[in-house]
Amino acid sequence: MSAVVLPPMLPQATRIEAIRTENAQTKTLVLAARWQAEPGQFLLAWLPRHDEKPFSLVDADPVTITVAAVGPFTRLLHRLQPGARLWLRGPLGRGFVLGGQRPLLVGGGYGVAPLWFLARRAVATGATVTAVIGARTAADLLFVDRLAGLGVHVMVTTEDGSRGQKGLVTDAVAPLLAAGAVDGLYGCGPHGMLVALARLAQRYGIPAQLSWEAYMRCGLGLCGSCEHAGRLLCQEGPVLSVPLGCQC
Amino acid sequence: MDIRLATSFLRRRLPTPLVLASGIWGTSATLLVRAAQAGCGAVTSKSCGPEPRRGHVNPTCLDWGHGLLNAIGLPNPGAEAEVAILAAAKAALAPLGSALIASFFADTVANFGRVAAVLAQAEPDFLEANISCPNVHSEFGEPFAARAESAAAVTAAIKEAVPHIPLIVKLAPDVPDIGRIAQAVVAAGADAICAINTMPGLIIDLESGQPILANRRGGISGPALLPISLRCVYEIHQAVPHVPIIGTGGVTTGADAVAMLMAGATAVGIGSAVYYRGPEAITLIRDELAAWLSSHGYTSPEAVRGLAHREPVYDLPPSPPPFPAAHGPV
Repeated sequence: MSAVVLPPMLPQATRIEAIRTENAQTKTLVLAARWQAEPGQFLLAWLPRHDEKPFSLVDADPVTITVAAVGPFTRLLHRLQPGARLWLRGPLGRGFVLGGQRPLLVGGGYGVAPLWFLARRAVATGATVTAVIGARTAADLLFVDRLAGLGVHVMVTTEDGSRGQKGLVTDAVAPLLAAGAVDGLYGCGPHGMLVALARLAQRYGIPAQLSWEAYMRCGLGLCGSCEHAGRLLCQEGPVLSVPLGCQC
Repeated sequence: MDIRLATSFLRRRLPTPLVLASGIWGTSATLLVRAAQAGCGAVTSKSCGPEPRRGHVNPTCLDWGHGLLNAIGLPNPGAEAEVAILAAAKAALAPLGSALIASFFADTVANFGRVAAVLAQAEPDFLEANISCPNVHSEFGEPFAARAESAAAVTAAIKEAVPHIPLIVKLAPDVPDIGRIAQAVVAAGADAICAINTMPGLIIDLESGQPILANRRGGISGPALLPISLRCVYEIHQAVPHVPIIGTGGVTTGADAVAMLMAGATAVGIGSAVYYRGPEAITLIRDELAAWLSSHGYTSPEAVRGLAHREPVYDLPPSPPPFPAAHGPV
Protein backbone atom coordinates (compact mmCIF):
# COMPACT_ATOMS: atom_id res chain seq x y z
CA MET A 1 0.00 0.00 0.00
CA SER A 2 1.38 3.37 -0.95
CA ALA A 3 1.67 6.26 1.49
CA VAL A 4 -0.92 9.01 1.51
CA VAL A 5 0.60 12.10 -0.10
CA LEU A 6 -1.07 15.41 0.74
CA PRO A 7 -1.38 17.92 -2.09
CA PRO A 8 1.72 20.06 -1.55
CA MET A 9 -0.14 23.31 -2.21
CA LEU A 10 -2.45 22.92 0.78
CA PRO A 11 -1.30 24.44 4.10
CA GLN A 12 1.23 22.15 5.79
CA ALA A 13 1.29 22.01 9.58
CA THR A 14 4.60 22.86 11.23
CA ARG A 15 5.78 24.05 14.65
CA ILE A 16 7.53 27.12 16.01
CA GLU A 17 11.04 26.08 17.11
CA ALA A 18 12.39 29.39 18.37
CA ILE A 19 11.24 32.96 18.88
CA ARG A 20 13.52 36.00 18.83
CA THR A 21 12.41 39.50 19.82
CA GLU A 22 13.69 42.05 17.28
CA ASN A 23 12.22 45.25 18.67
CA ALA A 24 9.20 46.44 20.64
CA GLN A 25 6.67 45.35 18.00
CA THR A 26 8.59 42.77 15.98
CA LYS A 27 9.41 39.10 16.57
CA THR A 28 11.16 36.54 14.40
CA LEU A 29 9.68 33.02 14.31
CA VAL A 30 11.96 30.12 13.40
CA LEU A 31 9.85 27.20 12.17
CA ALA A 32 10.43 23.46 11.91
CA ALA A 33 10.03 23.45 8.09
CA ARG A 34 13.01 23.37 5.70
CA TRP A 35 12.51 24.67 2.17
CA GLN A 36 14.51 25.50 -0.92
CA ALA A 37 13.56 29.10 -1.66
CA GLU A 38 14.93 32.43 -2.85
CA PRO A 39 15.13 35.71 -0.93
CA GLY A 40 12.07 37.80 -1.83
CA GLN A 41 9.74 34.82 -1.99
CA PHE A 42 6.95 34.66 0.58
CA LEU A 43 4.71 32.25 2.41
CA LEU A 44 1.14 32.27 3.65
CA ALA A 45 0.84 31.47 7.38
CA TRP A 46 -2.54 30.13 8.55
CA LEU A 47 -4.13 29.68 11.95
CA PRO A 48 -7.39 27.74 11.57
CA ARG A 49 -10.51 29.84 12.25
CA HIS A 50 -8.43 33.01 12.45
CA ASP A 51 -6.73 34.19 9.29
CA GLU A 52 -3.98 33.55 6.76
CA LYS A 53 -1.45 36.28 5.93
CA PRO A 54 1.60 36.64 3.69
CA PHE A 55 5.12 37.01 5.14
CA SER A 56 8.46 37.45 3.42
CA LEU A 57 10.94 34.67 3.99
CA VAL A 58 13.77 35.71 6.27
CA ASP A 59 15.32 32.29 5.80
CA ALA A 60 14.22 29.08 4.08
CA ASP A 61 16.32 26.48 5.91
CA PRO A 62 14.85 26.59 8.50
CA VAL A 63 11.83 28.58 7.35
CA THR A 64 11.90 31.88 9.26
CA ILE A 65 9.58 34.89 9.23
CA THR A 66 9.67 38.25 10.96
CA VAL A 67 6.30 39.42 12.23
CA ALA A 68 5.35 42.95 13.24
CA ALA A 69 2.31 43.09 15.52
CA VAL A 70 0.11 45.41 13.50
CA GLY A 71 -3.31 43.70 13.63
CA PRO A 72 -5.34 40.95 15.32
CA PHE A 73 -3.64 38.08 13.46
CA THR A 74 -0.07 39.27 13.97
CA ARG A 75 -0.79 40.03 17.63
CA LEU A 76 -2.02 36.43 17.95
CA LEU A 77 1.19 35.18 16.30
CA HIS A 78 3.18 37.15 18.87
CA ARG A 79 1.39 35.29 21.69
CA LEU A 80 2.34 31.84 20.33
CA GLN A 81 5.06 29.98 22.23
CA PRO A 82 7.79 27.61 20.98
CA GLY A 83 6.16 24.29 20.07
CA ALA A 84 2.93 25.93 18.88
CA ARG A 85 1.62 24.90 15.49
CA LEU A 86 1.42 27.11 12.42
CA TRP A 87 0.28 26.10 8.91
CA LEU A 88 2.30 27.24 5.89
CA ARG A 89 1.83 27.49 2.12
CA GLY A 90 4.91 28.28 0.09
CA PRO A 91 7.40 29.26 -1.06
CA LEU A 92 5.28 31.54 -3.27
CA GLY A 93 6.05 34.20 -5.86
CA ARG A 94 9.26 35.24 -7.52
CA GLY A 95 12.18 36.54 -5.49
CA PHE A 96 15.35 38.52 -6.12
CA VAL A 97 17.87 37.32 -8.71
CA LEU A 98 21.36 38.40 -7.71
CA GLY A 99 23.61 39.80 -10.44
CA GLY A 100 26.79 41.85 -10.30
CA GLN A 101 29.39 42.06 -7.58
CA ARG A 102 28.43 45.30 -5.77
CA PRO A 103 24.76 45.04 -4.79
CA LEU A 104 23.02 47.82 -2.90
CA LEU A 105 20.25 46.64 -0.60
CA VAL A 106 17.68 49.26 0.42
CA GLY A 107 15.13 48.46 3.10
CA GLY A 108 12.52 50.69 4.67
CA GLY A 109 10.69 49.69 7.86
CA TYR A 110 9.70 46.02 7.85
CA GLY A 111 10.98 45.77 4.26
CA VAL A 112 14.39 44.88 5.66
CA ALA A 113 13.25 41.30 6.39
CA PRO A 114 13.79 39.75 2.93
CA LEU A 115 16.96 41.84 2.44
CA TRP A 116 18.60 40.24 5.48
CA PHE A 117 18.04 36.89 3.67
CA LEU A 118 19.36 38.37 0.40
CA ALA A 119 22.42 39.85 2.12
CA ARG A 120 23.49 36.45 3.42
CA ARG A 121 23.16 34.95 -0.07
CA ALA A 122 25.10 37.86 -1.61
CA VAL A 123 27.93 37.70 0.95
CA ALA A 124 28.18 33.95 0.37
CA THR A 125 28.91 34.61 -3.32
CA GLY A 126 31.78 36.93 -2.37
CA ALA A 127 29.96 40.12 -3.36
CA THR A 128 30.73 43.49 -1.76
CA VAL A 129 27.38 44.35 -0.19
CA THR A 130 26.15 47.79 0.83
CA ALA A 131 22.85 48.28 2.67
CA VAL A 132 20.82 51.40 3.38
CA ILE A 133 18.35 50.73 6.17
CA GLY A 134 15.68 53.25 7.03
CA ALA A 135 12.98 53.58 9.65
CA ARG A 136 10.95 56.26 11.41
CA THR A 137 13.02 56.14 14.61
CA ALA A 138 16.03 54.24 15.99
CA ALA A 139 13.63 51.95 17.87
CA ASP A 140 12.00 50.86 14.60
CA LEU A 141 15.24 49.79 12.88
CA LEU A 142 15.66 46.09 12.07
CA PHE A 143 18.68 43.83 11.38
CA VAL A 144 21.19 46.74 11.34
CA ASP A 145 23.71 45.17 13.71
CA ARG A 146 23.35 41.70 12.24
CA LEU A 147 23.94 43.04 8.72
CA ALA A 148 27.06 44.84 9.95
CA GLY A 149 28.21 41.64 11.66
CA LEU A 150 27.95 39.90 8.29
CA GLY A 151 30.48 42.34 6.83
CA VAL A 152 27.89 44.44 4.98
CA HIS A 153 28.63 48.16 4.75
CA VAL A 154 25.49 49.48 6.49
CA MET A 155 24.16 53.04 6.29
CA VAL A 156 21.24 54.04 8.48
CA THR A 157 18.63 56.74 8.01
CA THR A 158 15.86 57.69 10.42
CA GLU A 159 13.12 60.20 9.84
CA ASP A 160 13.66 61.78 13.26
CA GLY A 161 17.45 61.59 13.17
CA SER A 162 17.60 59.39 16.32
CA ARG A 163 20.19 57.17 14.61
CA GLY A 164 22.28 57.59 11.47
CA GLN A 165 21.50 60.18 8.84
CA LYS A 166 18.30 62.16 9.36
CA GLY A 167 15.93 61.75 6.43
CA LEU A 168 14.76 59.04 4.02
CA VAL A 169 16.69 56.13 2.54
CA THR A 170 16.62 57.84 -0.85
CA ASP A 171 18.75 60.66 0.59
CA ALA A 172 21.51 58.13 1.22
CA VAL A 173 20.93 56.10 -1.95
CA ALA A 174 21.18 58.92 -4.49
CA PRO A 175 24.87 59.78 -3.78
CA LEU A 176 25.83 56.07 -3.94
CA LEU A 177 24.23 55.70 -7.37
CA ALA A 178 25.69 59.00 -8.57
CA ALA A 179 29.17 57.87 -7.54
CA GLY A 180 28.82 54.58 -9.42
CA ALA A 181 29.58 52.77 -6.17
CA VAL A 182 27.12 49.92 -6.82
CA ASP A 183 26.06 47.80 -9.81
CA GLY A 184 22.56 46.73 -8.77
CA LEU A 185 19.77 47.95 -6.50
CA TYR A 186 17.51 45.62 -4.48
CA GLY A 187 14.72 47.30 -2.56
CA CYS A 188 11.85 46.44 -0.26
CA GLY A 189 9.67 48.82 1.70
CA PRO A 190 6.71 51.18 1.49
CA HIS A 191 5.18 51.96 -1.90
CA GLY A 192 6.37 55.59 -2.02
CA MET A 193 9.94 54.55 -1.21
CA LEU A 194 9.94 52.01 -4.05
CA VAL A 195 8.57 54.52 -6.56
CA ALA A 196 11.36 56.93 -5.55
CA LEU A 197 13.99 54.16 -5.83
CA ALA A 198 12.71 53.20 -9.27
CA ARG A 199 13.10 56.80 -10.44
CA LEU A 200 16.65 56.99 -9.05
CA ALA A 201 17.63 53.67 -10.63
CA GLN A 202 16.35 54.79 -14.01
CA ARG A 203 18.06 58.18 -13.73
CA TYR A 204 21.44 56.56 -13.02
CA GLY A 205 20.92 53.54 -15.31
CA ILE A 206 21.33 51.02 -12.50
CA PRO A 207 19.40 47.71 -12.82
CA ALA A 208 16.91 47.45 -9.96
CA GLN A 209 14.66 44.81 -8.48
CA LEU A 210 11.96 46.00 -6.12
CA SER A 211 9.67 43.95 -3.87
CA TRP A 212 6.17 45.45 -3.82
CA GLU A 213 3.77 44.91 -0.99
CA ALA A 214 0.13 44.08 -1.74
CA TYR A 215 -2.78 42.28 -0.15
CA MET A 216 -2.39 38.67 -1.28
CA ARG A 217 -5.86 37.20 -1.38
CA CYS A 218 -5.95 34.00 -3.50
CA GLY A 219 -2.15 33.72 -3.79
CA LEU A 220 -2.64 31.82 -7.06
CA GLY A 221 -2.64 34.66 -9.61
CA LEU A 222 -6.40 34.55 -10.12
CA CYS A 223 -8.31 37.11 -8.10
CA GLY A 224 -6.43 40.26 -9.12
CA SER A 225 -6.26 41.69 -5.57
CA CYS A 226 -2.47 42.05 -5.66
CA GLU A 227 -2.20 43.74 -9.06
CA HIS A 228 0.56 46.31 -9.46
CA ALA A 229 1.22 47.94 -12.84
CA GLY A 230 -0.69 45.16 -14.60
CA ARG A 231 1.30 42.38 -12.88
CA LEU A 232 -0.03 39.82 -10.41
CA LEU A 233 2.38 40.23 -7.52
CA CYS A 234 1.52 36.90 -5.84
CA GLN A 235 2.74 34.95 -8.88
CA GLU A 236 4.73 37.33 -11.08
CA GLY A 237 6.13 39.24 -8.08
CA PRO A 238 6.43 40.42 -5.42
CA VAL A 239 9.85 41.27 -6.86
CA LEU A 240 9.62 43.13 -10.18
CA SER A 241 12.43 44.52 -12.27
CA VAL A 242 12.48 48.22 -13.06
CA PRO A 243 10.99 49.60 -15.24
CA LEU A 244 8.33 46.88 -15.18
CA GLY A 245 7.10 47.72 -11.71
CA CYS A 246 7.61 51.43 -12.09
CA GLN A 247 4.68 53.77 -12.42
CA CYS A 248 6.82 56.86 -12.67
CA MET B 1 -5.52 26.05 -43.47
CA ASP B 2 -6.48 29.58 -42.50
CA ILE B 3 -8.43 29.55 -39.26
CA ARG B 4 -10.44 32.59 -38.35
CA LEU B 5 -11.32 32.44 -34.67
CA ALA B 6 -13.67 35.41 -34.98
CA THR B 7 -16.99 34.49 -33.44
CA SER B 8 -20.41 36.06 -33.66
CA PHE B 9 -22.00 36.37 -30.23
CA LEU B 10 -25.36 38.12 -29.83
CA ARG B 11 -24.76 40.10 -33.06
CA ARG B 12 -21.37 41.26 -31.71
CA ARG B 13 -18.23 40.08 -33.50
CA LEU B 14 -15.60 38.80 -31.05
CA PRO B 15 -11.96 38.41 -32.23
CA THR B 16 -11.87 34.95 -30.60
CA PRO B 17 -14.46 32.78 -28.83
CA LEU B 18 -12.45 32.93 -25.57
CA VAL B 19 -13.97 34.86 -22.68
CA LEU B 20 -12.17 35.85 -19.47
CA ALA B 21 -14.45 34.46 -16.76
CA SER B 22 -15.75 36.71 -14.01
CA GLY B 23 -13.71 36.75 -10.82
CA ILE B 24 -10.45 36.17 -12.70
CA TRP B 25 -8.24 39.28 -12.95
CA GLY B 26 -11.33 41.46 -13.56
CA THR B 27 -10.58 43.95 -10.79
CA SER B 28 -9.01 46.61 -13.01
CA ALA B 29 -9.06 47.92 -16.57
CA THR B 30 -5.34 47.11 -16.84
CA LEU B 31 -5.85 43.40 -16.17
CA LEU B 32 -8.96 43.19 -18.41
CA VAL B 33 -6.92 44.69 -21.25
CA ARG B 34 -4.08 42.26 -20.52
CA ALA B 35 -6.52 39.34 -20.96
CA ALA B 36 -7.82 40.79 -24.23
CA GLN B 37 -4.28 41.29 -25.54
CA ALA B 38 -3.50 37.68 -24.61
CA GLY B 39 -6.36 36.42 -26.77
CA CYS B 40 -9.75 36.87 -25.12
CA GLY B 41 -12.48 38.01 -27.49
CA ALA B 42 -14.47 39.20 -24.49
CA VAL B 43 -13.52 39.92 -20.90
CA THR B 44 -15.73 39.83 -17.83
CA SER B 45 -15.25 42.21 -14.94
CA LYS B 46 -15.25 41.00 -11.33
CA SER B 47 -18.84 40.80 -10.06
CA CYS B 48 -19.92 43.97 -8.31
CA GLY B 49 -22.88 44.50 -6.04
CA PRO B 50 -24.98 47.36 -4.68
CA GLU B 51 -22.51 48.24 -1.90
CA PRO B 52 -18.72 47.92 -1.42
CA ARG B 53 -17.68 44.55 0.08
CA ARG B 54 -14.40 43.40 1.60
CA GLY B 55 -14.94 39.72 0.85
CA HIS B 56 -13.98 36.82 3.10
CA VAL B 57 -10.75 36.67 5.13
CA ASN B 58 -8.07 34.22 3.99
CA PRO B 59 -7.70 31.38 3.20
CA THR B 60 -9.90 32.15 0.20
CA CYS B 61 -8.44 29.89 -2.47
CA LEU B 62 -6.81 26.45 -2.45
CA ASP B 63 -5.18 24.03 -4.87
CA TRP B 64 -6.36 20.67 -3.50
CA GLY B 65 -4.66 18.53 -6.14
CA HIS B 66 -7.36 17.94 -8.76
CA GLY B 67 -8.80 21.42 -8.94
CA LEU B 68 -9.15 24.63 -6.98
CA LEU B 69 -11.57 25.56 -4.22
CA ASN B 70 -12.34 29.22 -3.65
CA ALA B 71 -14.56 31.41 -1.53
CA ILE B 72 -13.32 34.92 -2.18
CA GLY B 73 -16.64 36.35 -1.03
CA LEU B 74 -17.35 38.87 -3.80
CA PRO B 75 -15.05 41.74 -2.73
CA ASN B 76 -15.88 44.75 -4.87
CA PRO B 77 -15.93 48.55 -4.72
CA GLY B 78 -19.72 48.80 -5.17
CA ALA B 79 -21.65 49.59 -8.34
CA GLU B 80 -21.10 53.37 -8.27
CA ALA B 81 -17.29 53.02 -8.13
CA GLU B 82 -17.35 50.11 -10.60
CA VAL B 83 -18.73 52.39 -13.33
CA ALA B 84 -15.39 54.20 -13.62
CA ILE B 85 -13.47 50.91 -13.89
CA LEU B 86 -15.86 49.64 -16.57
CA ALA B 87 -15.72 52.90 -18.53
CA ALA B 88 -11.92 52.85 -18.51
CA ALA B 89 -11.91 49.20 -19.58
CA LYS B 90 -14.44 49.84 -22.37
CA ALA B 91 -12.31 52.63 -23.82
CA ALA B 92 -9.08 50.62 -23.58
CA LEU B 93 -10.66 47.49 -25.12
CA ALA B 94 -12.12 49.30 -28.14
CA PRO B 95 -8.93 49.29 -30.26
CA LEU B 96 -8.51 45.56 -29.57
CA GLY B 97 -12.04 44.72 -30.69
CA SER B 98 -12.75 42.72 -27.53
CA ALA B 99 -16.11 43.05 -25.83
CA LEU B 100 -16.68 44.03 -22.20
CA ILE B 101 -19.03 41.96 -20.06
CA ALA B 102 -20.06 43.63 -16.79
CA SER B 103 -20.77 41.03 -14.12
CA PHE B 104 -22.89 41.89 -11.11
CA PHE B 105 -24.85 40.43 -8.22
CA ALA B 106 -27.37 41.67 -5.68
CA ASP B 107 -29.17 40.61 -2.55
CA THR B 108 -32.73 41.09 -3.83
CA VAL B 109 -34.59 40.85 -7.15
CA ALA B 110 -35.19 44.61 -7.17
CA ASN B 111 -31.52 45.38 -6.44
CA PHE B 112 -30.44 43.33 -9.47
CA GLY B 113 -32.36 45.85 -11.57
CA ARG B 114 -30.88 48.81 -9.70
CA VAL B 115 -27.28 47.61 -10.01
CA ALA B 116 -27.80 46.87 -13.71
CA ALA B 117 -29.08 50.40 -14.25
CA VAL B 118 -26.01 51.89 -12.53
CA LEU B 119 -23.54 49.74 -14.50
CA ALA B 120 -25.34 50.60 -17.75
CA GLN B 121 -23.89 54.13 -17.42
CA ALA B 122 -20.53 52.66 -18.47
CA GLU B 123 -22.16 51.14 -21.58
CA PRO B 124 -20.65 47.65 -21.33
CA ASP B 125 -21.27 45.46 -24.38
CA PHE B 126 -23.08 42.89 -22.23
CA LEU B 127 -24.40 42.54 -18.71
CA GLU B 128 -23.83 39.26 -16.88
CA ALA B 129 -26.09 38.52 -13.92
CA ASN B 130 -24.24 36.39 -11.38
CA ILE B 131 -27.17 34.65 -9.73
CA SER B 132 -25.07 31.64 -8.80
CA CYS B 133 -22.21 32.58 -6.46
CA PRO B 134 -22.04 29.64 -4.03
CA ASN B 135 -19.95 31.50 -1.44
CA VAL B 136 -22.24 34.08 0.12
CA HIS B 137 -24.85 31.61 1.32
CA SER B 138 -24.69 32.77 4.94
CA GLU B 139 -25.57 36.34 3.99
CA PHE B 140 -27.73 36.03 0.89
CA GLY B 141 -29.28 32.58 1.38
CA GLU B 142 -29.91 30.17 -1.46
CA PRO B 143 -28.60 31.49 -4.81
CA PHE B 144 -31.29 32.79 -7.17
CA ALA B 145 -30.01 30.21 -9.70
CA ALA B 146 -31.21 27.36 -7.48
CA ARG B 147 -34.81 27.62 -8.65
CA ALA B 148 -36.39 28.44 -12.01
CA GLU B 149 -38.88 30.91 -10.50
CA SER B 150 -36.30 33.08 -8.70
CA ALA B 151 -33.88 32.92 -11.65
CA ALA B 152 -36.64 34.13 -13.97
CA ALA B 153 -37.73 36.88 -11.56
CA VAL B 154 -34.19 38.32 -11.44
CA THR B 155 -33.88 38.12 -15.22
CA ALA B 156 -37.16 39.95 -15.76
CA ALA B 157 -36.21 42.69 -13.27
CA ILE B 158 -32.90 43.32 -15.07
CA LYS B 159 -34.47 43.36 -18.52
CA GLU B 160 -37.05 45.84 -17.31
CA ALA B 161 -34.38 48.12 -15.82
CA VAL B 162 -31.94 47.87 -18.75
CA PRO B 163 -33.72 46.63 -21.88
CA HIS B 164 -31.09 47.92 -24.33
CA ILE B 165 -27.97 45.96 -23.20
CA PRO B 166 -27.95 42.21 -24.00
CA LEU B 167 -28.14 40.13 -20.82
CA ILE B 168 -26.16 36.97 -20.05
CA VAL B 169 -27.35 34.97 -17.03
CA LYS B 170 -24.76 32.84 -15.21
CA LEU B 171 -26.17 29.56 -13.92
CA ALA B 172 -25.19 27.18 -11.12
CA PRO B 173 -24.33 23.52 -11.73
CA ASP B 174 -25.82 22.15 -8.50
CA VAL B 175 -29.43 21.91 -9.65
CA PRO B 176 -31.38 18.80 -10.65
CA ASP B 177 -32.28 20.11 -14.14
CA ILE B 178 -30.20 23.00 -15.46
CA GLY B 179 -32.05 22.89 -18.80
CA ARG B 180 -35.25 23.86 -17.02
CA ILE B 181 -33.53 26.84 -15.33
CA ALA B 182 -32.15 27.90 -18.72
CA GLN B 183 -35.61 27.74 -20.30
CA ALA B 184 -37.03 29.85 -17.46
CA VAL B 185 -34.45 32.65 -17.74
CA VAL B 186 -34.71 32.69 -21.54
CA ALA B 187 -38.49 32.96 -21.29
CA ALA B 188 -37.96 35.89 -18.89
CA GLY B 189 -35.78 37.71 -21.41
CA ALA B 190 -32.19 36.43 -21.04
CA ASP B 191 -30.28 36.83 -24.29
CA ALA B 192 -27.54 34.31 -23.49
CA ILE B 193 -26.46 31.84 -20.82
CA CYS B 194 -23.11 31.53 -19.08
CA ALA B 195 -22.63 28.04 -17.67
CA ILE B 196 -21.38 27.33 -15.17
CA ASN B 197 -20.39 28.95 -11.89
CA THR B 198 -18.22 26.89 -9.54
CA MET B 199 -19.48 23.68 -7.89
CA PRO B 200 -19.85 23.83 -4.08
CA GLY B 201 -17.25 21.79 -2.21
CA LEU B 202 -15.28 21.48 1.04
CA ILE B 203 -11.66 20.66 1.89
CA ILE B 204 -10.57 19.73 5.42
CA ASP B 205 -7.14 20.04 7.03
CA LEU B 206 -6.52 16.81 8.91
CA GLU B 207 -4.02 18.23 11.44
CA SER B 208 -6.50 20.80 12.77
CA GLY B 209 -9.68 18.99 11.78
CA GLN B 210 -10.90 22.25 10.26
CA PRO B 211 -12.24 23.24 6.85
CA ILE B 212 -9.38 25.24 5.33
CA LEU B 213 -11.34 28.03 3.67
CA ALA B 214 -12.38 30.77 6.08
CA ASN B 215 -15.86 30.47 4.55
CA ARG B 216 -15.67 26.68 5.21
CA ARG B 217 -17.28 25.79 1.86
CA GLY B 218 -16.19 27.11 -1.50
CA GLY B 219 -16.58 26.61 -5.22
CA ILE B 220 -14.66 23.94 -7.15
CA SER B 221 -12.99 25.10 -10.36
CA GLY B 222 -10.15 23.88 -12.55
CA PRO B 223 -9.78 20.45 -14.21
CA ALA B 224 -12.20 18.72 -11.80
CA LEU B 225 -15.03 20.95 -13.04
CA LEU B 226 -14.73 20.20 -16.79
CA PRO B 227 -16.99 17.11 -17.06
CA ILE B 228 -19.66 18.94 -15.02
CA SER B 229 -19.52 22.08 -17.17
CA LEU B 230 -19.60 20.01 -20.38
CA ARG B 231 -22.67 18.14 -19.13
CA CYS B 232 -24.41 21.40 -18.16
CA VAL B 233 -23.66 23.10 -21.49
CA TYR B 234 -24.82 19.98 -23.33
CA GLU B 235 -28.13 19.98 -21.46
CA ILE B 236 -28.66 23.74 -21.86
CA HIS B 237 -28.04 23.49 -25.61
CA GLN B 238 -30.67 20.76 -25.77
CA ALA B 239 -33.13 22.84 -23.77
CA VAL B 240 -32.63 26.18 -25.58
CA PRO B 241 -30.87 25.29 -28.86
CA HIS B 242 -30.96 28.80 -30.34
CA VAL B 243 -29.57 30.64 -27.32
CA PRO B 244 -25.82 31.35 -27.28
CA ILE B 245 -23.89 29.83 -24.37
CA ILE B 246 -20.58 30.86 -22.82
CA GLY B 247 -19.27 27.46 -21.70
CA THR B 248 -17.13 27.98 -18.60
CA GLY B 249 -15.61 25.52 -16.16
CA GLY B 250 -12.32 23.71 -16.16
CA VAL B 251 -11.16 24.64 -19.67
CA THR B 252 -7.37 24.40 -19.45
CA THR B 253 -6.32 23.45 -23.01
CA GLY B 254 -7.37 24.07 -26.59
CA ALA B 255 -8.78 20.53 -26.64
CA ASP B 256 -10.99 21.38 -23.66
CA ALA B 257 -12.23 24.45 -25.57
CA VAL B 258 -13.05 22.28 -28.61
CA ALA B 259 -15.06 19.94 -26.37
CA MET B 260 -16.96 22.90 -24.93
CA LEU B 261 -17.87 24.12 -28.43
CA MET B 262 -18.95 20.60 -29.39
CA ALA B 263 -21.19 20.46 -26.31
CA GLY B 264 -23.00 23.48 -27.72
CA ALA B 265 -21.14 26.57 -26.49
CA THR B 266 -20.69 29.58 -28.77
CA ALA B 267 -17.94 31.05 -26.59
CA VAL B 268 -15.59 29.47 -24.04
CA GLY B 269 -14.77 30.88 -20.61
CA ILE B 270 -11.22 30.83 -19.25
CA GLY B 271 -10.60 31.04 -15.52
CA SER B 272 -8.49 28.77 -13.34
CA ALA B 273 -6.34 27.91 -16.38
CA VAL B 274 -4.31 31.07 -15.68
CA TYR B 275 -3.21 29.40 -12.45
CA TYR B 276 -2.48 26.00 -13.97
CA ARG B 277 -0.59 27.33 -16.99
CA GLY B 278 0.25 30.85 -15.85
CA PRO B 279 -0.91 34.11 -17.43
CA GLU B 280 0.16 32.68 -20.82
CA ALA B 281 -2.74 30.21 -20.62
CA ILE B 282 -5.07 32.40 -22.66
CA THR B 283 -2.69 32.67 -25.61
CA LEU B 284 -1.81 28.96 -25.39
CA ILE B 285 -5.48 27.91 -25.43
CA ARG B 286 -6.23 30.24 -28.34
CA ASP B 287 -3.36 28.85 -30.40
CA GLU B 288 -4.14 25.23 -29.49
CA LEU B 289 -7.78 25.75 -30.46
CA ALA B 290 -6.78 27.20 -33.83
CA ALA B 291 -4.26 24.39 -34.42
CA TRP B 292 -6.78 21.66 -33.57
CA LEU B 293 -9.45 23.12 -35.84
CA SER B 294 -6.94 23.52 -38.66
CA SER B 295 -5.54 19.99 -38.37
CA HIS B 296 -9.07 18.58 -38.52
CA GLY B 297 -10.16 20.55 -41.57
CA TYR B 298 -12.45 23.02 -39.81
CA THR B 299 -12.26 26.68 -40.77
CA SER B 300 -13.96 28.24 -37.74
CA PRO B 301 -15.06 27.49 -34.16
CA GLU B 302 -18.64 27.70 -35.41
CA ALA B 303 -18.02 24.59 -37.55
CA VAL B 304 -17.75 22.31 -34.51
CA ARG B 305 -20.42 23.93 -32.36
CA GLY B 306 -22.99 21.41 -31.15
CA LEU B 307 -21.35 18.43 -32.91
CA ALA B 308 -21.93 16.29 -29.82
CA HIS B 309 -25.66 16.56 -30.45
CA ARG B 310 -25.52 15.20 -34.03
CA GLU B 311 -25.40 11.61 -35.28
CA PRO B 312 -21.94 10.60 -36.44
CA VAL B 313 -21.54 10.20 -40.19
CA TYR B 314 -19.64 7.10 -41.36
CA ASP B 315 -17.96 7.07 -44.72
CA LEU B 316 -19.07 3.60 -45.93
CA PRO B 317 -19.16 2.02 -49.39
CA PRO B 318 -22.64 1.69 -50.93
CA SER B 319 -24.69 -1.15 -49.42
CA PRO B 320 -24.42 -4.42 -51.40
CA PRO B 321 -27.64 -5.78 -52.97
CA PRO B 322 -29.59 -8.02 -50.57
CA PHE B 323 -28.45 -11.63 -50.64
CA PRO B 324 -31.08 -13.69 -52.48
CA ALA B 325 -33.09 -15.45 -49.85
CA ALA B 326 -33.21 -19.21 -50.19
CA HIS B 327 -36.80 -19.29 -49.13
CA GLY B 328 -37.97 -15.82 -50.08
CA PRO B 329 -41.52 -15.06 -51.00
CA VAL B 330 -42.43 -16.26 -54.46
